[in-house]
Amino acid sequence: MTQKLIIIGAGMATGRALEQLLKAGGDYDVTLFNAEPRGNYDRIMLSPVLSGDKTYEEIVIHTADWYEENGVTCRFGEKITSIDRAAKTVTADNGDVLSYDKLLFGTGSNPFIIPLPGHDLEGVIAYRDLEDTERMMGLGPDNKCVVIGGGLLGLEAAAGMAARGVDVTVIHIMGHLMERQLDEAAGYLLRKALVDKGITVKCSANSKEILGENGKVKALLLDDGTELPCDLLVMAVGIRPNVQLAQDAGLAVGKGIHVDDQMRTSDDDVLAVGECVEHDGAIFGLVAPLYDQAKVVAKTLMGEDAQFVQKELSTKLKVTGCDLFSAGDFAEGEDREDIVFRDPARGVYRRLVLQGNHVIGAVMYGDTADSNWFFGLIRDKTDIADMRDTLIFGPAYQGGAPSDPLSAVAALPRDAEICGCNGICKGEIEDAIAAGADDLAAIKATTKASASCGTCTGLVEQVLAVTLGDDFVIPAAASVCGCTDMTHEDVRRMIKSQKLTSMQAVFQECGWKTSCGCHVCRPALNFYLLADWPLEYQDDPQSRFINERKHANIQKDGTFSVVPRMWGGITTPSELRAIADAADKYMVPTVKVTGGQRIDLLGVKGEDLPAIWKDLNDAGMVSGYAYSKGLRTVKTCVGTDHCRFGTQDSTGLGIKLEKTLHGAWTPHKLKLGVSGCPRNCAESTCKDIGVICVDSGYQISIGGAAGMDVKETELLLQVPTEEDAIFVIKAVTQLYRENAKYLDRIYKWMAKVGLDWITEQIEDLENRADLVDRFEISQTVYRHDPWAEHVKKADTYQPLANLALEAAE
Amino acid sequence: MSDWIDIAALDAVPARGARLVKTAHGCVAIFRNAMDEVFALDNACPHKNGPLAEGIVHGNAVTCPLHNWVISLETGMVQGPDEGQVTTYPARVEDGRIKLDVAFLKQRAVA
Repeated sequence: MTQKLIIIGAGMATGRALEQLLKAGGDYDVTLFNAEPRGNYDRIMLSPVLSGDKTYEEIVIHTADWYEENGVTCRFGEKITSIDRAAKTVTADNGDVLSYDKLLFGTGSNPFIIPLPGHDLEGVIAYRDLEDTERMMGLGPDNKCVVIGGGLLGLEAAAGMAARGVDVTVIHIMGHLMERQLDEAAGYLLRKALVDKGITVKCSANSKEILGENGKVKALLLDDGTELPCDLLVMAVGIRPNVQLAQDAGLAVGKGIHVDDQMRTSDDDVLAVGECVEHDGAIFGLVAPLYDQAKVVAKTLMGEDAQFVQKELSTKLKVTGCDLFSAGDFAEGEDREDIVFRDPARGVYRRLVLQGNHVIGAVMYGDTADSNWFFGLIRDKTDIADMRDTLIFGPAYQGGAPSDPLSAVAALPRDAEICGCNGICKGEIEDAIAAGADDLAAIKATTKASASCGTCTGLVEQVLAVTLGDDFVIPAAASVCGCTDMTHEDVRRMIKSQKLTSMQAVFQECGWKTSCGCHVCRPALNFYLLADWPLEYQDDPQSRFINERKHANIQKDGTFSVVPRMWGGITTPSELRAIADAADKYMVPTVKVTGGQRIDLLGVKGEDLPAIWKDLNDAGMVSGYAYSKGLRTVKTCVGTDHCRFGTQDSTGLGIKLEKTLHGAWTPHKLKLGVSGCPRNCAESTCKDIGVICVDSGYQISIGGAAGMDVKETELLLQVPTEEDAIFVIKAVTQLYRENAKYLDRIYKWMAKVGLDWITEQIEDLENRADLVDRFEISQTVYRHDPWAEHVKKADTYQPLANLALEAAE
Repeated sequence: MSDWIDIAALDAVPARGARLVKTAHGCVAIFRNAMDEVFALDNACPHKNGPLAEGIVHGNAVTCPLHNWVISLETGMVQGPDEGQVTTYPARVEDGRIKLDVAFLKQRAVA
């Protein structure tokens, strides 16, 4: 006999249950109520609708025709107001009373609205259904929107609106985005990607009040006083199972409607599926378990035996360009271990959480191609002991054959994008190779692949290797030293992108193979850290070469040379007298004038250093940093002060430059010259940075050298005023500090990045000012005289003990 | 026969650093690694007598500041492709103090 089934709610769970029931040939007369004036559509795809990638019609699951064909009575736009379980009837909001044999709840969930003052203003919405989506789509470009909630839904809403040109700000109460699905590192990468899309992201932000005007939302006020103007405010802070009707009907309700393994509520004739249920203490928001429930409830309705079992869940974010995946449990714990893979250049992050020989959690960002495989390992509790060493690289690296890094590249289809900057696919590179391009330079020249940012260089080389076979040998990227396989560039990107502010953090995050580095990597890391994090990182003297540790140049016999600063090469009789006195007092064997217009006292004993510095300090002189990978000297000519050809005050500019730049650490030594006219008496054109004064201003050129290599500088910019000249030189010095490899002089760095790129960076006035700002922040820490400080700890320059005296006793 | 004498507090030598002890027969360098272990070696690289105490200490090795020879603090052996050995002396940390075995230093004087 045909039974009457009433379904409350036409969502994805009840929709799937209906399909299953019809497929199984269930003998039911079905009436479907839905509060929304439409049938079942794919709610998950609302985000692509919002961003304009799909239309509503494309995401409809069950059309009116489908319902009709299957004999389902639809009562859309109608609500059930009450249920009489004893009489087995429901009452609709128009007063109709319908009887049922079985009743299925699919009431879903309600968005949670934070009861902030002003939450009931016009323009405050949730992100739940098509109405909300259309509301957001109605917001024109250049309108402002604030999204509260940096979880899955909030971010999809934000990205969708941003794609429509809306000015979007995301407010998230936690320290990083999607904290339930992502760890901090992946959250950081996600945030970066969203910021790149023009979305403003504020984490650790507490909303205080929603401000309105004439009953309409105007702005969101944070508890730190920040006011964020908005035309629309979207709350996407979570959902609550919709249990009101069930509760009123006297069903057992907790967080959701209690159901057993067969999806029966506390009343055998009433069943429930979807987001409204609570099963074994859990509630559900993702579609996979809902579909499982639908299957089970259909069987139960058919009188067959089935059990709903909770499974591991995985999450993917549907935001174009942000590939992320998370599954399982990735909290840290004592019995848990991590395997982490990071490639900052490609923006790839993978973390597997292991407990014993099983993967229990995975977070992936940037490259989620293997996510299903990892998810399978978690779900099936696979023993991974045998593949642990290559596990993180994914399925391509498992199996019998020895792992081959090229196999993954070989397996790529021809339309796989290799170079993101120029949109070059693997096929185009293969074609170029077939046409005769047989090395990286040729590929760059013919296809432009890897010719922009260069991060895909490795991939291009692998395509070359796969295509050409043994004819191509991948040039090994030189690692920093034996302590790591990473290159300077990789390490530096890690320091910046992962905010590594200590050497231990670098050792850990970059997988250093030694406990505390070596004499090659430590000075480089010390520089990168202090240059990138001047306020956070504490300079480590023990990681510096002796010259920079003791602020003097070591000589072949273990003595030192001492060079006081003479600003711009200018000195005075009293300074000269003090230098002469010091030379006598400490029996300095050699006094020499240097190429940088300074006086060098050679052969000072290590233990005398603090004393001679004190004498020189007392005469008003400071350390000349003649030992440093930092600002050495600014060599000048006498300019307009005395010279009949001088066009500007080159000496004055030299002194000003030296005063502002001194103490700054750079990747290698930094020598400047300022010449008062194109006759160039200060030899500015073979300095790292050279200035030639002309009548109309100052020509600033960079990249000169007069050492192992001899190079003439190339013109960077000409500026009209002395102030501009100093500003530009500070900016280019900071650009060099932030980007060059340790021990690359400017000319070597310039050969790698190109003068055009440097010019572009400096010509951008905003960028120029930012560089100078960052330079000045660093200089608040480093622009000082180390001699004066070391005089205070003079005892450390003395022997620890003198056993010679005791032996004499 | 051992004859341990007190030299200085461990903290007088920076971690991953060194200080000198003068003796009648030249200087001995006292090294401290990151694990707070101490080592005593002649302060002269077998290559060109570079002052090892001024080198960068990494793991249980020091790099000579003059030409980057790397010397084991434990054995005094030159690491890598270069060859040679530096004399080492017994040293230890006791109650936060650095102790040296002078018996060995005296042998050094004889040699």
